[in-house]
Amino acid sequence: MELNTKERFIIEPAEPPKIVVENLNFYYGNKHALKNISFKVPEKRITALIGPSGCGKTTLLRCFNRMHDLYPGNRYEGRILLDGENILEKDYDLIKLRSRVGMVFQKPTAFPMSIFDNVAYGLRLKGIKNKSELEDRVEKALKDAALWDEVKDRLKDPASGLSGGQQQRLCIARAIAVEPEVLLFDEPTSALDPISTAKIEELVVSFRDKLTIIIVTHNMQQAARVSDYTAFMYLGELIEFNRTEDIFITPKVKLTEDYITGRFG
Amino acid sequence: MRKDFLADWSFGKIALLSAIAVVVILVALFIVLYRESSLAISTFGVWKFVTSTVWNPPLEKFGGAPAIFGTIVSTIISIAIAVPVAIGIAIFLTEIAPHFLRTPVGVAIELLAAIPSIIYGMWGLFFFAPFMRDKVQPIIHATLGKFPVIGQWFSGYTPGIGLLTASIVLSIMILPFTAAIARDSFKMVPDILKESAYALGATKWDVMKDVVIPYAKLGVIGGIILSLGRALGETMAVTFVMGNQPVIPKSLLEPATSITVTLANEFTEADTDLYLSSLFYLALILFVMSFIVIVVGKFLFLKKVER
Amino acid sequence: MDAFKKRKIINNFVLVLSTLAALLGLIWLFWILGTLLYKGLGSLSLEVILGDPPAPGDNHGGLKHAIVGQTLIVLTAAVIGIPLGILAGTYLSEYGKSSRIANIVRDLSDIMMSIPSIVVGTFIYALMVKPLGHFSGLAGSLSLAIMMIPIIVRTTDDMLRMVPPELREAAYALGATKFRVIKDVVYRAAITGIITGVILSVARIGGETAPLLFTSFNNNFFTLNMLQPMASLTVTMYDYAMSPYKYWQELAWAAAILLTFGVLGTNILGRIVAHYKFKK
Repeated sequence: MELNTKERFIIEPAEPPKIVVENLNFYYGNKHALKNISFKVPEKRITALIGPSGCGKTTLLRCFNRMHDLYPGNRYEGRILLDGENILEKDYDLIKLRSRVGMVFQKPTAFPMSIFDNVAYGLRLKGIKNKSELEDRVEKALKDAALWDEVKDRLKDPASGLSGGQQQRLCIARAIAVEPEVLLFDEPTSALDPISTAKIEELVVSFRDKLTIIIVTHNMQQAARVSDYTAFMYLGELIEFNRTEDIFITPKVKLTEDYITGRFG
Repeated sequence: MRKDFLADWSFGKIALLSAIAVVVILVALFIVLYRESSLAISTFGVWKFVTSTVWNPPLEKFGGAPAIFGTIVSTIISIAIAVPVAIGIAIFLTEIAPHFLRTPVGVAIELLAAIPSIIYGMWGLFFFAPFMRDKVQPIIHATLGKFPVIGQWFSGYTPGIGLLTASIVLSIMILPFTAAIARDSFKMVPDILKESAYALGATKWDVMKDVVIPYAKLGVIGGIILSLGRALGETMAVTFVMGNQPVIPKSLLEPATSITVTLANEFTEADTDLYLSSLFYLALILFVMSFIVIVVGKFLFLKKVER
Repeated sequence: MDAFKKRKIINNFVLVLSTLAALLGLIWLFWILGTLLYKGLGSLSLEVILGDPPAPGDNHGGLKHAIVGQTLIVLTAAVIGIPLGILAGTYLSEYGKSSRIANIVRDLSDIMMSIPSIVVGTFIYALMVKPLGHFSGLAGSLSLAIMMIPIIVRTTDDMLRMVPPELREAAYALGATKFRVIKDVVYRAAITGIITGVILSVARIGGETAPLLFTSFNNNFFTLNMLQPMASLTVTMYDYAMSPYKYWQELAWAAAILLTFGVLGTNILGRIVAHYKFKK
């Protein structure tokens, strides 16, 4: 399907912006993966990125914690302002950035260590050594991730013994333990069964008002269920950004409507 | 149709026989070595042979201790040198080196692992031994040699040929092999796992020590044990530079011997049955030693990785 | 101190350390390679390649006997080892699968891969040289074949198991016998992988010295008779390098570079075949 229109619809959210994306372009080597993207991510709200596979939603997500810097040949242009600070600056401190912007991945990524150590990992990186403080914060994170009751008796066991859904909640606990300001979710339920998916969705919603959340999902119902705002992307461009209920009920751009009604994608 | 059936039947049987042949070879190897060494085993026994330090062919006195000592010590020293460097190389290749360097340096290391070990031995004899004698020995005397107890291990003047030289050449020889295995284990760590550590604000070293190394631990240990097996059985890299003196040396700088060095030097010269049988006995001991090492490395560690 | 700063300092320190380790390792290896190229290329000449073996102390002569001997010994080993290895690997993948016998054979074959090569030499000495009363090129080939078989078994087994089962089923559905399925479908699908394994195993045994020391031994004369003691590049290198004659030592370096070219060339060839396979 050709992109035969230059029609765009991008609103300014009512809430104050946590992240401002300005004319963002991104290249994998010669491949122009993100094209001139500008929008504002509202603070303490949930923003979903949707679009057909290959549209650049995950690529965009990975710009917010500069995950692309791990691999060669990647290049950013434009600005991403986090609380007014451009995180795309060349010598920006990535380690500090990533302790402010957490991420949960497509598949559960429990580290090869105990359940407790997994959650404590980020805290230890921050330099917290005090045992009782660590215990308190691990417990709080596990409770916030709705995992505490299932694991409180076996915190010393290796995390690999947990089920897929439990591991994913463990990864969420690990990410929120360090109290990030922004949390990125990259299709967090794509490897999970429906029951585990529902639990994760509940969790995501429970973080509203506490954290700024950006979630990539290939599942439109999921976006509709959890998010306040939705960005629809296509072929590396941001086509429409609007309040979730508006975008799903009255999409402003034809392309968005075609996608949401399942005419392609 | 009948012809097809015959071909089918006989192919299956031939394949089975070939598979059995592999087992037969290994079992035969053990039986033959045992039978050939039985004369020495009945003459000297096990404990006496292993502990006796006298290896004197004209007097028909054969003790395996010097050779076994040399084999074990040279293996331990070479592993102690090679493993840290190999892991450094593996870390460098997986996490540090600029991407355009990773493949060429990686391939170079694999090719170095393919160079025949006799080349390492010749280099050791003509270049490294003189270097040890002229440059390294004085430094060792002035530093390690000054320590109280261990000082005597680093004393004495030699033409550069000896246990330490052989161990270092051995370590260089197993280095590419060990580095390649360590790198392959590190590479098996899924990117997404490393990314999630980076996403928490970890540095490269944090990711290495907390995620990559624990994840790859079994593979790396298995690889180290296989390298140990290689060092144990290596002949040509050490034969040139060990010195072939059937004694337990007082100093690591002095000439010594190992099982493989003794075999390489004396096997074709053995003029009596007992002499030859004693050499087979050494070969049997080496076989058993490396068998154990391989089984431990492959089945206790690497098998778990494959699963 | 700020935890971030401290971690960054440790990080940089370790990164520098492992870069140094890498450099250290590479320096040694390139020192050896440089020496080999310098001494080896310096000693190479047409006479060295084509000449007959030198007399002790003589400054003339070459390595023809060793080059031909090496080639013959390795080729004979390949002729013995390749069919046996491929057939055994075929049994494991197509007949034994994950049965107990197959797994035992697999484990023992894996162990065989790491047996010290000099031990294999002593085995063939006891089995063949001692009863016959003399060394022979064939005995050398046998010890190399023993070293080669487990490598080929392993790659054949791995490569055949990578062939998708649907392919076999499709052939069975046409009424083919097992033998025809293996010969016409499975082997064809896995052929480049098997060839790679075979080439790499030849490269691996081509540089072995220890198993030849007391099997093919050495021969200071040119011979094509596999039942006679036979010179090889590796054993010749060993003897010449240890000799007191300057010219012989030079010949040893020439043999070293020829051997390295042969082994690395074969190894690279194997990689090219593998590359071709995975590109397809």
